Amino acid sequence: MLCTKGIPTTEDLATRIPPEERRRKGPVVMIECFQKIPCNPCYTACKHGAIQKFEDINDLPSVNFDNCNGCGLCISKCPGLAIFVIDETYSETQATVSLPFEFLPLPHEGEEVDLLDRSGKKVGKGKVLKVRNGKYEDRTPVITVAVPKELSMVVRNIKVGGDVR
Amino acid sequence: MKKTEIAVIGGGPAGLMASLAAAEMGARVTLIDRNSRLGGQLVKQTHMFFGSEKEYASIRGIDIGKILSAEVLKNPRIETMLDSTVIGYYPDDGVLGVEVEEKTFVKIKPEKVIVATGASEKFLPFENNDLPGIYGAGAVQTLMNEHGVVPGDNVLMVGAGNIGLIVSYQLMQAGVNVKAIIDAAPNIGGYWVHASKVARLGVPIMTSYTVKAAYANELTGALERAVIWQVDNKWQPIPGTEKVLKVDVICISVGLSPLAEILWQAGCKMKYVPQLGGHVALRNENMETTVPGVYVAGDVAGVEEASSAMIEGRLAGLNAAKSLGYDNGTFNEKRREALEQLESLRSGPVGEKIRQGLAQLVS
Ligand SMILES: Cc1cc2nc3c(=O)[nH]c(=O)nc-3n(C[C@H](O)[C@H](O)[C@H](O)COP(=O)(O)OP(=O)(O)OC[C@H]3O[C@@H](n4cnc5c(N)ncnc54)[C@H](O)[C@@H]3O)c2cc1C
Ligand code: SF4
Ligand code: SF4
Repeated sequence: MLCTKGIPTTEDLATRIPPEERRRKGPVVMIECFQKIPCNPCYTACKHGAIQKFEDINDLPSVNFDNCNGCGLCISKCPGLAIFVIDETYSETQATVSLPFEFLPLPHEGEEVDLLDRSGKKVGKGKVLKVRNGKYEDRTPVITVAVPKELSMVVRNIKVGGDVR
Repeated sequence: MKKTEIAVIGGGPAGLMASLAAAEMGARVTLIDRNSRLGGQLVKQTHMFFGSEKEYASIRGIDIGKILSAEVLKNPRIETMLDSTVIGYYPDDGVLGVEVEEKTFVKIKPEKVIVATGASEKFLPFENNDLPGIYGAGAVQTLMNEHGVVPGDNVLMVGAGNIGLIVSYQLMQAGVNVKAIIDAAPNIGGYWVHASKVARLGVPIMTSYTVKAAYANELTGALERAVIWQVDNKWQPIPGTEKVLKVDVICISVGLSPLAEILWQAGCKMKYVPQLGGHVALRNENMETTVPGVYVAGDVAGVEEASSAMIEGRLAGLNAAKSLGYDNGTFNEKRREALEQLESLRSGPVGEKIRQGLAQLVS
């Protein structure tokens, strides 16, 4: 699926999902990068030592989840837009997903948007909590959206303005 | 006749880095490009680049182009000739014929030449492939990202390599609907992260599919429909698998081939290497071809990436300057560094094809 459709399978993802125990403690990074390509800015971006040093630039990123504080500074630096931060402690029923979003119009905080999965399919609605779009993000804004808790590992994109297109 | 120490042909990432490296060692450089601004392909690339910090990773192509051009333009050792096309190389006396602004013809006699002319797009044969609305991916990118014009409303992208994937993404960013990305190969050729990026937008990627034919609207004569069909593992179309897509644009992105005319004229020994996109010049580790004093760098030396084009440019620039006796004391160290960087970029599984190609080139 990944090499024919671009959509990772459950097995692909299993190697990337932060351990349940860590997820219960607060926001944490999930890096959906599955192919050895010559690239390492995720490592350079993380100032907390959570993304391990690349021995070879073709290495896959490997994360020490205990060092990750969920700051999300790596999200806008990944040219593959493959990095997300998940917070499953947001509320009883909701989690948050922070994702890179390079489309206009940008949503505003408080706006309701469509939630999309990895194939672009609509899976529900969620509220935008934060839009980070400063100099640091450099035209790759980072959107934090509240999603139903059971969709924390499903939602990977949003659509602003609902179905009108 | 104009004289210069090193003529660099092409102001893309390879030519820019070659000029900077040669000037850094102390040589005088004339950089020639047929466009009205420097940057080559970079001027249309709005996405962030891969690589490491040294190769400007996670910076957008457009910004890398600006950074490098600014350095070149302020360097007193580099003279830049824009709107200038090198149309001939005379091997007998090593003179370049340059057409300036489509008006004047200038002859330049350089001591060394670095050819960094890049690559041109391949096309695809199918019925009616010349209808209005059928573009190469580079043309679509130029229209959208340089001139701010969208090519149409509904696009069929042909080719799931990095270019097909990233141009699809850029089309979606411009508000254009990409109906599907097809590729005759059984697997996606581009980076999977690019593929995931467009998949998340709901764009279907269909591998083992190719274009059968295109049809025009009777009134306007412009593209209206595309028929695609499946191919088997020998790339043979399977009748009965046809699908019709209503599109007003077909964007062809099936690969690049080196723009090597100048190298042929110079009499460089050439070899057909499919892994590198077509005919490329044999050369040694210093990027010097079989014609002494003629160097190559970037896509014309083998279609690869901007990151490797930049380092090859650096290598060619350093070596050309050194061969003229210029060395500010750092040559050995810088040359070694560049060779190591190139090796590490190409060392992974996606570099396999490039490694196979390069192995056939050692002269
Ligand atoms: C859509 C797309 C996405 C890409 N994404 C990436 C990426 O993410 N990361 C990455 O590393 N690479 C990427 N690349 C590849 C990268 O752009 C090229 O590998 C790189 O630009 C090659 O550099 P170059 O200097 O060899 O050639 P070019 O950039 O093509 O420059 C060649 C220059 O030579 C000039 N020229 C040619 N012939 C003549 C002549 N006779 N006289 C005068 N001037 C001449 C041209 O005008 C041009 O300016 C991408 C390419 C495309 C098309
Ligand atoms: S979220 Fe912050 S701490 Fe965690 S990996 Fe990214 S940059 Fe490092
Ligand atoms: S920056 Fe992104 S694409 Fe590059 S290695 Fe890290 S996660 Fe993968």
